[in-house]
Amino acid sequence: MLGKTAGGLYWMFRYLERCENTARLAAAGQRIALTRSHADDEWASVLETTGSLASYRARHDAVRRETAIDWLLCDRSNPSSALSCIEMARSNARMVRTALTREVWESVNESWMVLREALSRRVTERDLPEATALIRARSHQVRGAFAGTMLRNDIHDFARIGTFIERADSTARLLDVKYYVLLPSAHAVGSSLDNVQWESILRSVSAEGAYRMTWGQEVRPRLIARFLILDRRMPRSLAFAMGKVAENLGYLALDYGDRPPSHDLVDALRTARLDRDIDDIFASGLHEYIQDFLRDLAAIGTQIETDYRFHA
Amino acid sequence: MGPGRTFDEMWGHGLVQRQSQGDEGGPLPPLSQAQTLYEGTRAPYADFDAWLREEEPARLRRKQHEAEAVFRLTGITFNVYGRAEAEERLIPFDIIPRILSAREWARLARGIEQRVRALNAFLHDIYHRQEIVRAGRLPQAMVAPNRAFLPQMIGMEPPGGVYTHVVGIDLVRTGEDEFFVLEDNARTPSGVSYMLENRETMLQMFPELFARNRVRPVSNYPAALRRSLAACAPPCAEGEPVVAVLTPGLYNSAYYEHSFLADKMGVELVEGQDLRVVDGRLAMRTTRGYRPIDVLYRRVDDDFLDPMTFRPDSALGVPGLFDIYRAGRVTIANAPGTGIADDKAIYSYMPEIVEFYTGEKPILPNVPTWRCHEPEALAHVLAHLSELVVKEVHGSGGYGMLIGPTASRREIAAFREKLRANPGNYIAQPTLALSTVPVLTRAGLAPRHVDLRPYVLVSPEGVTITPGGLTRVALRKGSLVVNSSQGGGTKDTWVLEE
Repeated sequence: MLGKTAGGLYWMFRYLERCENTARLAAAGQRIALTRSHADDEWASVLETTGSLASYRARHDAVRRETAIDWLLCDRSNPSSALSCIEMARSNARMVRTALTREVWESVNESWMVLREALSRRVTERDLPEATALIRARSHQVRGAFAGTMLRNDIHDFARIGTFIERADSTARLLDVKYYVLLPSAHAVGSSLDNVQWESILRSVSAEGAYRMTWGQEVRPRLIARFLILDRRMPRSLAFAMGKVAENLGYLALDYGDRPPSHDLVDALRTARLDRDIDDIFASGLHEYIQDFLRDLAAIGTQIETDYRFHA
Repeated sequence: MGPGRTFDEMWGHGLVQRQSQGDEGGPLPPLSQAQTLYEGTRAPYADFDAWLREEEPARLRRKQHEAEAVFRLTGITFNVYGRAEAEERLIPFDIIPRILSAREWARLARGIEQRVRALNAFLHDIYHRQEIVRAGRLPQAMVAPNRAFLPQMIGMEPPGGVYTHVVGIDLVRTGEDEFFVLEDNARTPSGVSYMLENRETMLQMFPELFARNRVRPVSNYPAALRRSLAACAPPCAEGEPVVAVLTPGLYNSAYYEHSFLADKMGVELVEGQDLRVVDGRLAMRTTRGYRPIDVLYRRVDDDFLDPMTFRPDSALGVPGLFDIYRAGRVTIANAPGTGIADDKAIYSYMPEIVEFYTGEKPILPNVPTWRCHEPEALAHVLAHLSELVVKEVHGSGGYGMLIGPTASRREIAAFREKLRANPGNYIAQPTLALSTVPVLTRAGLAPRHVDLRPYVLVSPEGVTITPGGLTRVALRKGSLVVNSSQGGGTKDTWVLEE
């Protein structure tokens, strides 16, 4: 496979994942903001999670819900808005068209047509639930076409690696922005404010139900952190996502008969950061832990691009 | 030939120009816009016509919309030059097929094969001994000073002896048996993806039509293309030759076609930045390092192949490619320098060229052509501008031409100045009464002018012609310009079995 094609697949699936994650964050943000008196603080936190608060502030003097929603979903000047993401995903898909099945290509192309239409007008607070539901539905459809029609070869592996690097990055950013809520000393345990905040974290990764299934009604910061960082059954946890990255790199190693440096970096990250006890993570500092994780993850991404010759 | 005698391929010659909109009855062919009465349905269209008469016009219009939706979803779009990606356009597709009988096609195919063999023999000669010039059949002035002549190709033997691996021969028709070659496309003819997708779409939408008409298939074109290219691999190829399609990139107007062909052939789609010369071979950057390519089906112009040999400012090419090409270590399809054969000034010599290399009279005639560099011809052209079509020798895409009968006096006057200033840059041809085929319009069926581009593959194993080709149709009433950049559309083209 061409290095350029591997890179195109990797980024196509990173953008698809980012599009979906942005939609989840926006939906959760709205839900939390509705239950709080300082609603705009919640939107600022959502913008920070998507990594676009600074560029937002460069264009708008204050964080208000209507502009924040527009920024997150529709604004082309925000490179990680849902609209920008689906356009980038589709552009990468055109580039790697020969590597995709007709069904995957058509589902991406159709998603782009549908979302471009839906997001071409300003999405108001009233329309937000519908818009984010549409984004998630399109995302599921592309994933379904991909799972159902693609050969399990290196094309598949690079797409999956992109998906899970992006997902790990997204969950880690969420924890990076919200970590203080999970710290034991921050608030009196059990206050209603706490519950809303914790719920916002679970909601942002669509994991309220999964959490209850695992831990029942006992919503506690330590368990939430453990769920999102270390639980290998939870599809948006760091441990799950990095496990998938390692698994797909493993298939590549078998296929190519070669194990370039990125494989060791992934192994090292998993040993140092994910083979841990949650109390130990809290004891050494949750915030530092997340920062270290994000730094290691970025290095892995760069190394994969080098190892598999994405660029000339 | 006046407009009343225009030949419609479905209905025959127009007999009567009617004054008012008619009440000819019958369900669909109401011809409400075409105020002409015709001879009657021609034989190749008989079955189709019977089907059409049973169809609800509303259903057909719905199908027409469906076809557009299919094209959008598949991404069969072309980018408009110089615009952002958002400007992807569809080439309009008309659902009424253009139908050729087995007999009509057999003659066309013989004529096309003869012409393509002559083109290859001509190219070999022109870059070697130039016997045709020595024999006095082609002026020297047409060769060396021609800007489509590539001195770097002199004495070069392309692998397999093939110059034009893929050719598109543009044909026009004016009557029952009157076909003319309008143009030879010997560089990088495009549009074949439309030929394939048009058929695919028709099969999806009207399966019953293909059950009652025996239409020769076109879908094996990509496999035939790959086989044909592989058969031209250089001697250094090991095992199954590695073929790749070279595209200028995502923003090229024909990008869809490039990715389509690579996909259907099961080969890589590469850009200049994926390629370099490694150990005397052309190689592409894969996830596992550089891997050699044996046959490069390039969809970029000569100028953008190798910045060391051609344009130093080009970022599209591969430095050193031409050196290894000359060393016979890679095949470039089509060969560089084939433009000399589809030059419009050379075109006017094609009857001589065909006869010189095949020893036979041309089966398919040229359109009569005045070469404006010849003083008598120029005088004739200047005196008859309002009746002629005048084209630039190197022009394409329907740009830079004058269509006398539809041009304004001011346009003709302006063109006269250009022509006088640089007569060698132009040729002129009579305005042909191009045949029509009906298209579906809001008001019913209406005749529109068409041309036909069959696609021809050449390899040491022989010449392969896909039955039919791409029919382009001028969708504007009365228009003779079929180019997609100027309001043209396409149709599915059927060649019936015997």
